[in-house]
Amino acid sequence: MAVSSQHAPYPENRTRILQALTLATLVLFAASLVLDWAYVGPERTQGEVQRVFYVHLGSFLGSFIAFTAVVVGGVIYLRTRNPKWDTFGLANVEIGLVMSAITIVTGMTWAKPIWNTWWTWDPRLTSVTIMWLAYAAYMMLRAGIEDPERRRRFAAVYGIIAFASVLFTIIIVRVKPDTIHPVVAGPTQADPTGAFDVTDRIRNTLFFSLFTFTVMTATLVWYRVRLENLFERVLRRKIDILAEL
Amino acid sequence: MTVNPTGPTKKPAASADSQTVQRRPLTPYMRAVGAVAWKDLRAELRSREMITSMVLFTVMTVMVFSLALELDAEARKSTVVGVLWVTVVFAGTLGLSRSLAAEKDRGSLDALLLAPVERSALFFGKVIGNLIFVLLVALVLMVLLTVLFNITLIEPLLVLIVILGTVGFTTVGTLLSSMSVHARARETLLPILLMPVMMPVLISAVRASSAILDDLPSSEWIAELRMLAVVDVVFLLGAYLLFGFVVEE
Repeated sequence: MAVSSQHAPYPENRTRILQALTLATLVLFAASLVLDWAYVGPERTQGEVQRVFYVHLGSFLGSFIAFTAVVVGGVIYLRTRNPKWDTFGLANVEIGLVMSAITIVTGMTWAKPIWNTWWTWDPRLTSVTIMWLAYAAYMMLRAGIEDPERRRRFAAVYGIIAFASVLFTIIIVRVKPDTIHPVVAGPTQADPTGAFDVTDRIRNTLFFSLFTFTVMTATLVWYRVRLENLFERVLRRKIDILAEL
Repeated sequence: MTVNPTGPTKKPAASADSQTVQRRPLTPYMRAVGAVAWKDLRAELRSREMITSMVLFTVMTVMVFSLALELDAEARKSTVVGVLWVTVVFAGTLGLSRSLAAEKDRGSLDALLLAPVERSALFFGKVIGNLIFVLLVALVLMVLLTVLFNITLIEPLLVLIVILGTVGFTTVGTLLSSMSVHARARETLLPILLMPVMMPVLISAVRASSAILDDLPSSEWIAELRMLAVVDVVFLLGAYLLFGFVVEE
């Protein structure tokens, strides 16, 4: 995705693919909203507020994909030293931060009627906040280091370390018996067999929403990478023009 | 805890007066680790600047806690674990940032990197040096809290948890401070980088130590202890793999 030569135009077919992805994201998101509001119906015990769950889990999946991509980008950067993998990592951190912020905010709107509080120091709520802070620290690290080569290298290293907080968030509800956060799928202390006991409509809506957020994350990351590349091109142009004067 | 299974076991460098021009072989791994740690200890024994500031900071933090929280006997019992770990983390962060910053400002970091030893040996040497300082501060703090709060903290199990907790904390802290030392606002950047990453250590350590302090049966805290040990191993392994990339120039 990096611009190889200095003044080469952005490849036409890539722009087409991105436009198609954008359209797909919009259509998918609209469709999943329709499913959420019209198809799935209020949940038996939780009522209308349960509808936010599809966005909640979807955005968490988005942040999980993005933060995993940060590790992949970091490892590849450290092996190849190609700056485009650093741009890829940066884009994924920013999109992951937005996605997990959505997870936290939707979780709070759900918690107020269900738990009668916006916030509680439950293990999972705590760990997802730690995760968000770890990636906010990634941005601080980038801002603090001036040498570009060193900034890329340190960012790759920290992006890999910070993934510990993502694993922590996923594992913690499985091993801590004292969480009140619901676990929808997979084994827990209370239910080691890991049942996935929902109606067909809920399952369909959930999987559709997860798919939507996956596509959305990929699209947003692509836009962010493109923006960064454009930014660098402008910078190079500026230097060229100044050199000609 | 710093044994490196794949470490080189080459013979030490030939005597300096040997005329043959060849690449000097690497110093044996464990000897390099020991040399770096011993260098840190000796420098500290002579200057005493890090340990003095850490211990004084510790005493003052305990003072601030007991004044700010207006602790009576009941409140002391419920907050002592929190006071212990918050103080260890803050004093430890202070020491970690000094340890690497001093190394860089004197230019001795470059000299260390030029030495014919494995990079990870340097890292584990620094970790052992830092670990000794942080543990020393933690022990002083435990005695201090035992005396001032009238709660016996010097127990084998609690000491074990403090050791496990500081191992995880110092490992990841040394790695991150070797990065933050190159940043513009390094004193403020280190805590920001370190806190979220070390939170698994802190959470498990706090829970395990308060359960032990309440004399709960081992079923209540053994899971936390196991978690702490696992996190320590993950951090040691991760830092071993990543340190080479941090100091490669």
